[in-house]
Amino acid sequence: MDITFKDVSYIYQANSPFAHKALDHLSFHIPAGSFVAIIGHTGSGKSTLIQHLNGLLTPTEGEVQIGDHQITSDKKPENLKELRSKVGVVFQYPEHQLFDETVRKDIAFGPKNFGVSEEEIERRILEIAPAVGIDESLLERSPFDLSGGQMRRVAIAGVLAVKPNILVLDEPTAGLDPRGQSDIMNMFYELHQRENLTTILVTHSMEDAVKYADHVMIMNKGTKYMEGIPEEVFAQQEALNKVQLDVPEVIQFLNAFNARFGVDIPFRRQSVAELAAEIQHALKGAESIE
Amino acid sequence: MNNAIVIGQYVPGNSLIHRLDPRMKITIIFFFVIVVFFANNIISYSILTIFAILTTLSTRISLRFILKGLTPVWFLIAFTFILHLIVTKEGTVLFDVFGYKVYSGALIQGFAISLRFFLLILITSLLTLTTTPIEITDAVEDLLHPLKKIKFPVHELALMMSISLRFIPTLLQETDKISKAQASRGVDFRTGPIKERLHAIVPLLVPLFVSAFKRAEELAMAMEARGYQGGEGRTRLRQLKIKGLDILVFLFFLAVVAALFWTRNY
Ligand SMILES: Nc1ncnc2c1ncn2[C@@H]1O[C@H](COP(=O)(O)OP(=O)(O)OP(=O)(O)O)[C@@H](O)[C@H]1O
Ligand SMILES: [Mg+2]
Repeated sequence: MDITFKDVSYIYQANSPFAHKALDHLSFHIPAGSFVAIIGHTGSGKSTLIQHLNGLLTPTEGEVQIGDHQITSDKKPENLKELRSKVGVVFQYPEHQLFDETVRKDIAFGPKNFGVSEEEIERRILEIAPAVGIDESLLERSPFDLSGGQMRRVAIAGVLAVKPNILVLDEPTAGLDPRGQSDIMNMFYELHQRENLTTILVTHSMEDAVKYADHVMIMNKGTKYMEGIPEEVFAQQEALNKVQLDVPEVIQFLNAFNARFGVDIPFRRQSVAELAAEIQHALKGAESIE
Repeated sequence: MNNAIVIGQYVPGNSLIHRLDPRMKITIIFFFVIVVFFANNIISYSILTIFAILTTLSTRISLRFILKGLTPVWFLIAFTFILHLIVTKEGTVLFDVFGYKVYSGALIQGFAISLRFFLLILITSLLTLTTTPIEITDAVEDLLHPLKKIKFPVHELALMMSISLRFIPTLLQETDKISKAQASRGVDFRTGPIKERLHAIVPLLVPLFVSAFKRAEELAMAMEARGYQGGEGRTRLRQLKIKGLDILVFLFFLAVVAALFWTRNY
């Protein structure tokens, strides 16, 4: 399902002294199957944007199109429930949404609401729980007895169990340990490829954006500041610094290295090993000229 | 809830009314509420109305916003008015509606009572519109101070008040977040049979209670860690001070009250 925003504005508490324009004439298009990273300084409107993707918010102005579902200021989509079964959203700190008696029941909650059969739900739980790193022995425990990291995984499993076509992730790994972060991101990436999902990742981690996304969108004050493939967007260090963003460490390193040694190694998402080889080559080449 | 407006939510500003000492505001409102019941003719009602309008205008908050915030109250005012039209049977019959005779006395009384009601609510909502919750609790603590003599827990009461006020927006935000998360998981809070909708509340209430308890515990710990041990010997960061402006406004209010009592016998 393609995602299209046409001139979308959103105002919180419109017509009051507290009115706040969180999205300002935002337009973009995300083709089905892409992995898009949305990056922006805090308060730039990222969470507001993603709440338009499954009809939690309706635009104050403009038009949102998700597959066949159209959402405008005066028209809620006819079949909101169907839209929500196709767009899975993992919110910031999703562990706050846990409520049921056991982990198993909590994971089953979403699919049950969308009318998935009992056997199918059970099959999905047994498939998804190990994938997000929840041991089967935890399934009968109360979600409130788990550690923060385990709760996060259960909440994520609860969204994945619905089997959405579009997966929306709002800083899904914030506050986890580094190992847990990369485990979960790898899991999402694998799922993205295996199930041919459209994935929208809101993140503050430039490293994750470079590693997983094939398209990057930079937000600033409710508008689209930049957009493109990660290599091109992150090449513009100055423009990014202007909106309080850094470029990924590897690019900072490359820029500094290029300046220091007067060489020009471009960033092409090389692996560490490839980069090491290129650097070796560049330095040796420079020496042989001397 | 995003677009909901809370009645009397504080609107930051720097008007005369904003700068008044909160104790002065509470005192004036207290007496205004009493005095309203002494108005008994057109002139005395006019005096009170003009006073209320002047006060409202001098807050510099948009009138539309204030009136919109009173929406739930309009209904009550209309209800009072209609009730009076039906029940009161004084004066001459003005006209007939579906067999009900409407008397002139009913019209006058209905209007007077509704106006009284409106003035009360308008003036009290101005307090919360122009005073931060913290200022209100400070003022309440200060005004209730004499009750300490009879062992009334004034400080604790004020603390409870300020903590509750502080966490109302937080809880609203939390409710909004959790209901959105559950809506994304297919819960429908808005349509469907009542029984199902009641059922849909469980996934909202459980996380809300869990987080409220967690917050309470964390707050208690944070307060203890910073050496909180009750009100004994505690000094204040924000000192309340009566200024010339406060005295001036109070004198003005006294003049209004005097004028009211003088015109009562007209
Ligand atoms: N419920 C709300 N009511 C009023 N204003 C809001 C509300 N939610 C967000 N805002 C405002 O809208 C703006 C955008 O908020 P949003 O949550 O979309 O930012 P964000 O980019 O997700 O930030 P972060 O990186 O901190 O999560 C902020 O200035 C915020 O203060
Ligand atoms: Mg956010």
